[in-house]
Amino acid sequence: MDIFLQQVINGLTLGCVYAVVALGYTMVYGIIQLINFAHGEVVMIGAMVAFSVITALAGANTGLPPLAILTAGVLVAIPVCMGVGYTLERVAYRPLRKAPRLAPLITAIGLSIILQHLAMIIWTRNPIAFPQIITVVPIHITDNPNGATITNVQIAIIIASVVMMVALLALVYRTKLGIAMRATSQNQQVAGLMGININTVIALTFVIGAALGAMAGVMVGTYYGIAQYQMGFILGLKAFSAAVLGGIGNLAGAMLGGVLLGLIEALGAGYVGDLTNLCQLADWSDAIARRCVDDPNLTLFGSNYQDVFAFLVLITVLIFRPSGLLGERVSDRA
Amino acid sequence: MQQFFDRKRYPRGAWVGIALVAVTLLVLPFALAQVGTAWVRITNLAILFVLLSLGLNIVVGFAGLLDLGYIAFYAVGAYVYALLASPHFDLHLPFWIILPIGAAVACFFGVLLGAPTLKLRGDYLAIVTLGFGEIIRIFLNNLSQPVNLTNGPQGITLIDPFKIGSFNFATRETIAGLDFTGPVKYYYFLVLLVIAIIALNLRLQNSRIGRAWEAIREDEIAARAMGINTRNMKLLAFAMGASFGGISGGIFSATQGFISPESFVLVESVMVLSMVVLGGMGNVFGVVLGAILLSFVPEVLRYTVEPVQRAVFGRTLIEPEVIRMLLFGLALVLMMLFRPAGILPSALRKRELEAK
Repeated sequence: MDIFLQQVINGLTLGCVYAVVALGYTMVYGIIQLINFAHGEVVMIGAMVAFSVITALAGANTGLPPLAILTAGVLVAIPVCMGVGYTLERVAYRPLRKAPRLAPLITAIGLSIILQHLAMIIWTRNPIAFPQIITVVPIHITDNPNGATITNVQIAIIIASVVMMVALLALVYRTKLGIAMRATSQNQQVAGLMGININTVIALTFVIGAALGAMAGVMVGTYYGIAQYQMGFILGLKAFSAAVLGGIGNLAGAMLGGVLLGLIEALGAGYVGDLTNLCQLADWSDAIARRCVDDPNLTLFGSNYQDVFAFLVLITVLIFRPSGLLGERVSDRA
Repeated sequence: MQQFFDRKRYPRGAWVGIALVAVTLLVLPFALAQVGTAWVRITNLAILFVLLSLGLNIVVGFAGLLDLGYIAFYAVGAYVYALLASPHFDLHLPFWIILPIGAAVACFFGVLLGAPTLKLRGDYLAIVTLGFGEIIRIFLNNLSQPVNLTNGPQGITLIDPFKIGSFNFATRETIAGLDFTGPVKYYYFLVLLVIAIIALNLRLQNSRIGRAWEAIREDEIAARAMGINTRNMKLLAFAMGASFGGISGGIFSATQGFISPESFVLVESVMVLSMVVLGGMGNVFGVVLGAILLSFVPEVLRYTVEPVQRAVFGRTLIEPEVIRMLLFGLALVLMMLFRPAGILPSALRKRELEAK
């Protein structure tokens, strides 16, 4: 039971990060019906920039409290990512808004490759470690001293994600900009006739998505304690799966999908080894029984298949409910 | 140029052109061998990339389905060959049996990948294929447990070269006073294969199937209204593209003698896509040109950028590998922005991409 609880806590934390990244995908998709292919790279750059700032400040012996250093890192990362997001929109998406759908997709892939390798030149191939400025404090949530724990970092990630999601919902549903965004997503021409500057609104959507991505990058980097120039790819893939699971284009869906995906992944990776343990079949086959004597953990799939789960979820959703859990119909032609 | 290749308008000139190309192709390996056998190997790899790009061109260029995990089929073909012709399982089947098997297995995976995404829009397909490529790599990396199927990250070594009877493609021989090294033999095999596949592609493009793909690419609903079975046609595109990948993978395995999951990363898929996009999606000769250009770029960079950097800065600041990737990315972006139909655009594609 404690293991289950621990996996749920870990899954919830990761799920919150996925949800924040998925929001970036889903916002862009909602407004221009295109996948922002380079969003994963934005997240990566957010993490890298924040790490650099934090490392520099932590090494300079400024005597600042850890939280202030972390905030400084985030505050530098967000504008950098906003700039990257804006550039993406201007270079890859705006000139090709009326072109066939394949065209912006290919430019975005190209930009994503460029961003990744620029990051490699700047921060090298090697992973950078997060400086030890925050002590991770595990907090027991059951009476069992060896039981499930939740760390202060996990609590911070969950709270920060929830705050960001609420803020985004408020922005989209309570402000004038939000109304403009929703109008643009429904019909660009008519929105333009109503006096909305469509270019500005679309650019702002990219920028807001990128800011969320920057925060997500810092969170995932802090959680794993490590950042690398390739981290955006698989994270982006998972977040996209989360967005599809929830129903792409739907904000609440992205949040739900992210959290669900995090849970599926954590529980899946936690239990796949037990579920596919071949020694359960030892009664049926002598060959297996003999190998189980040497190695009681003879499993078909281990936790090294963790990254496969997101993809399986994606495929399953696409086959059985392409519109996602909360989404509308999307199955038309590219 | 025109009078050398247009068979309808300049029949005599065309034969001169074809003869020139044939002589060049025949002499090329010996000319390259003078510079160094390494260049013959590089040329072979370039031809392999031509094969791969032609396969991807069926999916992306003809049918308009963006596949970002194409290298997975290459991997499947390579591993099928490696498993059936190496000491790993102690199987040593001849290559002309394995290559069709590899093509069939890759074809099966192609259909497996295509089926769930058929009804969806193209960008979903892009992401699903992207994930698929990654999954195949994860499996190749981990399928050494509990039964050692792929030998994990260490890969498979000592893969058999091509053999027909006692004629071995990997050994050096002197035939009629000419020195045939292993790579030179493979070169002739690859050139014959690539010519056959180019011919196949050209015929395919103008066939009923090719025109059906084109119709689907332009407007799927209209295509369906015209009585085209869009589902089967899309699956067919996937299957054919995948089997081309499978065949190329098998040849890669045999020429290299060693494969590991490292050779089949996402970057390779992007590279093949860049070749197709740069040359001109849907145009067979454009794709061939794109593949040859981009295959030689890294080699040229290795011989120019590195010495220049060392001369100017005293050390290698930016590895040629990174510059290569930056160039690929730039090629994708700039081509789409300024010449979306590619260097040698196909007539239809040009009309489609330039229409606003």
